[in-house]
Amino acid sequence: MKILVCISNVPDTTTKIKFVDNNTKFDTNGIQWIINPWDELALTRALQLKEESNGAIEKITVINVGLIDSEPTIRKALAIGADDAIRINAEPLDAYSVAAQMAEVIKKDPYDIIMAGIESSDYNGSLVGGMLAEFLDIPSVSSVSSLNIDGGNVELSREISGGKEILETKVPFLAIVQKGIAIDPRIPSMRGIMMARKKPLNVSEPIEVDSLTEYSVYELPKPKSKCKMVDPENVKELIDLLHNEAKII
Amino acid sequence: MNFEFSEEQLMIQQAARDYAQRELIKDVIERDAKAEFPTEHVKNLTELGFMGMVVDTKYDGGGMDTVSYVLAMEEICKVDSSLGVIISVNNSLVCYGIEEFGTEEQKEKYLKPLASGEKLGAFLLSEPEAGSDATHQRTTAEEKDDHYLLNGTKNWITNANCASTYVVIAQTHPEKRHKGINAFLVDKDSPGISLGPHEDKMGMRSSDTHSVMFTDVKVPKENRIGEDGFGFKFAMKTLDGGRIGIAAQALGIASGAMERAIQYSKERKAFGTEIANHQAIAFKLSDMAVKIENARNLCLKSAWLKDNKKPYGLMSAMAKQYAADIAMEVTTEAVQIFGGYGYVKEYHVERLMREAKLTQIYEGTSEVQKIVISRALLRD
Ligand SMILES: Cc1cc2nc3c(=O)[nH]c(=O)nc-3n(C[C@H](O)[C@H](O)[C@H](O)COP(=O)(O)OP(=O)(O)OC[C@H]3O[C@@H](n4cnc5c(N)ncnc54)[C@H](O)[C@@H]3O)c2cc1C
Repeated sequence: MKILVCISNVPDTTTKIKFVDNNTKFDTNGIQWIINPWDELALTRALQLKEESNGAIEKITVINVGLIDSEPTIRKALAIGADDAIRINAEPLDAYSVAAQMAEVIKKDPYDIIMAGIESSDYNGSLVGGMLAEFLDIPSVSSVSSLNIDGGNVELSREISGGKEILETKVPFLAIVQKGIAIDPRIPSMRGIMMARKKPLNVSEPIEVDSLTEYSVYELPKPKSKCKMVDPENVKELIDLLHNEAKII
Repeated sequence: MNFEFSEEQLMIQQAARDYAQRELIKDVIERDAKAEFPTEHVKNLTELGFMGMVVDTKYDGGGMDTVSYVLAMEEICKVDSSLGVIISVNNSLVCYGIEEFGTEEQKEKYLKPLASGEKLGAFLLSEPEAGSDATHQRTTAEEKDDHYLLNGTKNWITNANCASTYVVIAQTHPEKRHKGINAFLVDKDSPGISLGPHEDKMGMRSSDTHSVMFTDVKVPKENRIGEDGFGFKFAMKTLDGGRIGIAAQALGIASGAMERAIQYSKERKAFGTEIANHQAIAFKLSDMAVKIENARNLCLKSAWLKDNKKPYGLMSAMAKQYAADIAMEVTTEAVQIFGGYGYVKEYHVERLMREAKLTQIYEGTSEVQKIVISRALLRD
């Protein structure tokens, strides 16, 4: 059995976001890039499954659509324990183009289980997983918070409003995973870090795909306004502030 | 000149940071209070490869360079220097010496399990009456037919209880003074070895420090490291490298304290504004940052010299003295910035201050580093 994990290269979650070109482009200057946190959890679960499988799962591959500057992030996935990696040499324009690029490669060499994070922490589109499954014509399950394999059977659970849903499925399928799929991402070991450069990172050339999205403008949320403290005894001041400053009464 | 880190170096730094900020932080205060050895963390850090990270992969080490080691030590010691010193002693005092000066048989038998972290090591040089002046070794290693017989007491030994392998420095030919000293690989469970009680320390309380007594302990001849009489040189050369680890530890203590002080001064208000807006506080932060950057550069330069097989003993003495001294200054100021909150355990900075003090004492006091530095300056 083979598992494929989709890896998106995203800015570190503590990044201060800035825009350029009339607020139509994200400023990548000085950004530290990381594996999308949900993808990292997906990879962690995939590695656990492989270790528990007694050899039934032979290989974990990671795939990324990105230019050469996403290779450090891909190598981090290899350092954590993925066996090999595929990078499709194209700029990830939007969810549609990313899913189409990946589908093209996966069709030629199918996987039993594909895992994708529920969203990427940069654009939060929540689209790639579902689109990819459609392109590949395989079932997909969304919001997966646990995934267990017992022989040929796969048991998944999903968080749904007010409870949990347990599903069974067979391979091949695509799991769109969220928090809970693994507790903490794995920390790479020295050995893993040393091995990362020795593992195959196969670069595949992209196909022609249109991007279906045009970014008109980005806006940053307004800075949080200052909080004014009013003494609970001082009702008059409160009313005054609500009336004259907040202008809501 | 290139100040860029490699992808691997950054990954190691991140790995150390993740482990420290995610795991060590959880129980560091409690372990410090109870002086409890961090068994579980040692196991996890062993699995990640930190215990023998700078040893060649040929001997089951991590095969990392000294720059990576500095980056990792800084991150670990921002949170917990007890773990830092366990890693440092094993890597730079024990493994390094065997790798550099041991025979192939010694490496096979002793280095491999130490580098993989299967076993831990300790370095036994100091004695109740021989600290800074390590030439006056009273522990004796008397030459017999096919073995040496060890007698004496070692003091302040880090990892004394948790280690399985000891590197012991002892006097074989007292008439030759320091040229009669030897270094030996000794199994901790050899008959005749006993430990004193766990030292109740001011800081780094969850590392394991004891005195060790030797009474007619038999050590096979093949366990001597290097030629007869090489022991003192061995110890000094090993400590040259060890200082980089402790310098990086001091750096981590200082930068950990500064990170906390910056955070706190942006939150704490006094006289109607965050205390960071009072220039007296802001300037303290500025002073800390400059000192820390200097210390970091000295550490990294020492590491770079070592990695590039250039002489590094002088630079590592500078790094150790400077980093240790500024760690003391920075942590003291961090406690000041925290005010009363700095004086209680919950906010970590008082612990960092207690930890900083030790970096000025062990592996050569700050005064001893100045002796090393000034002698190098005055040598023709
Ligand atoms: C927690 C802890 C862990 C340790 N771990 C180890 C270990 O694993 N292995 C090991 O071998 N040792 C270890 N040590 C010992 C440590 O290295 C010594 O304590 C240190 O070298 C100082 O020696 P001393 O304590 O005998 O002080 P002394 O040498 O007695 O020094 C006392 C004071 O005099 C100063 N002084 C001494 N000589 C001079 C001089 N010529 N000029 C100016 N000032 C001078 C010193 O700087 C110091 O301020 C450890 C110590 C501690 C506290």
